[in-house]
Amino acid sequence: MSRFHCFLLASLGAVAGLSTTPTQAQDNLLRELETTTDSTRRAAPDLVQATFKGTHIINAQSVETPGEGTLLFLIQHRFGTLNSGAYNFFGLDQAVLRLSFEYGLTDRLTAGLGRSSQDKTFDGFLKYKALRQSTGAHAMPVSVTLLTSAALTALRFREPERTPRTRLAYTYQALIARKFSPALSVQLMPTLIHRNFVDTRRDQNDVYAMGAAFRQKLTKRLAFTADYFYLLPGATADDMRNALGLGVDIETGGHIFQLHFTNAQGMMEKLFVTQTTGNFFDGDIYFGFNVSRAFTVKSR
Amino acid sequence: MKTLFLFLLSMLVLPGAWAQGKYSTRTGLISFFSGTPIEDIEARSTQAAGVLDATTGQVAFSVPMKSFVFRRTLMQEHFNENYVESDKYPKATFAGTIVGFQPGPLAAGGAQSVQVEGDLTIHGVKRRVKVPGRLERQNNRLLIKSTFTVAPADYNIEIPALVRDNIAKSVAVTVNFACEPATPPQTSFSR
Repeated sequence: MSRFHCFLLASLGAVAGLSTTPTQAQDNLLRELETTTDSTRRAAPDLVQATFKGTHIINAQSVETPGEGTLLFLIQHRFGTLNSGAYNFFGLDQAVLRLSFEYGLTDRLTAGLGRSSQDKTFDGFLKYKALRQSTGAHAMPVSVTLLTSAALTALRFREPERTPRTRLAYTYQALIARKFSPALSVQLMPTLIHRNFVDTRRDQNDVYAMGAAFRQKLTKRLAFTADYFYLLPGATADDMRNALGLGVDIETGGHIFQLHFTNAQGMMEKLFVTQTTGNFFDGDIYFGFNVSRAFTVKSR
Repeated sequence: MKTLFLFLLSMLVLPGAWAQGKYSTRTGLISFFSGTPIEDIEARSTQAAGVLDATTGQVAFSVPMKSFVFRRTLMQEHFNENYVESDKYPKATFAGTIVGFQPGPLAAGGAQSVQVEGDLTIHGVKRRVKVPGRLERQNNRLLIKSTFTVAPADYNIEIPALVRDNIAKSVAVTVNFACEPATPPQTSFSR
């Protein structure tokens, strides 16, 4: 084709271009841009964010981690039981506490340290996001976070004094969650707790439990939450009760307040899964809250 | 008719390397900054897709909201979950035209300041805006720069009372694209 023909075609094109209105043309250009980029972007999976608002749901930990470079200071608090009467101000006179720090080593790996007033327990844990729910091509249907923790009781024992080894208990837990919609997230938690030392021959060293939790948003900043641990049949299941928690997540913009009612007073796995004695439906209910504060240690 | 003739004439004298048609990028930079006495919030995305039609002076860009990276992970989560609602409105887009576009100066090289008028869509709200910009040809690439402000309230982005003082009433947005000629080269008559 000669240069003249090209010239002629180009000028025809320019005239044709004038016949569409500028707004139509600009929208066409945007549509064209979106179709070409969407086809390439679809190949990259899009990670699902904020399955849960906090790293804890009520008693249970959630699949969430603070993220790289973020230090989380978490205050967990449980008052006494509601049925303890007016003399104890319906439980508000008593309190147990767990303070903890969680630090995101990477976006997937978190290390944490905690101290519970119940049984004067120190705990350390590692949490790793093994799978992350995503959309797009090769979408991952669920998020799986693996949690392992060690709990050491610092209680004084006399006659006989206990060795450090006998004071330890370990938790192994898989947190499997799916955000079904922006409002509804569900989590399952197969759990194994190994206690190095138990009081009687009848007690189990290894306690198995299955946990379930969900979060249902009521408004943009308010959500209803629940978590429950079912002890698999055994001596522990006979002696103890399954831990149930019902609560709300209130988001204020910078913080999240979690207020809840639960029959468990302990706030780490070993304590609430294997040592819950309260009967929820008999009024052995502890009112409590979790509050966290995030500090950016290393900015991205 | 005379201007059209001049316009066509100018196309003839173009240097060979400088092609008319579309220039685009998929790695455009868009950042924004909210400054208040309490805190500064800054985020950037390098995943903006942009296109400029050097024949007609039309511009369009599209950026996935989830591609904005914040200094703090929690801010990023709040941005997506509460403010721009990325699940519901995954992208911000712009479609507009350079006011009084002349392909001539662009072909000749050198930077030029322009005004761009078009529709900016954020959080599902479309608004007609006019923003200043700068175009510059660098070898075979086309550099597009623009800085303008966006008021979150204009786009129905609700900010809770508790953090109202932490977020600026008007947020400064910076657009910085380096566009390559689109392949295969498309001209205006392909439509």
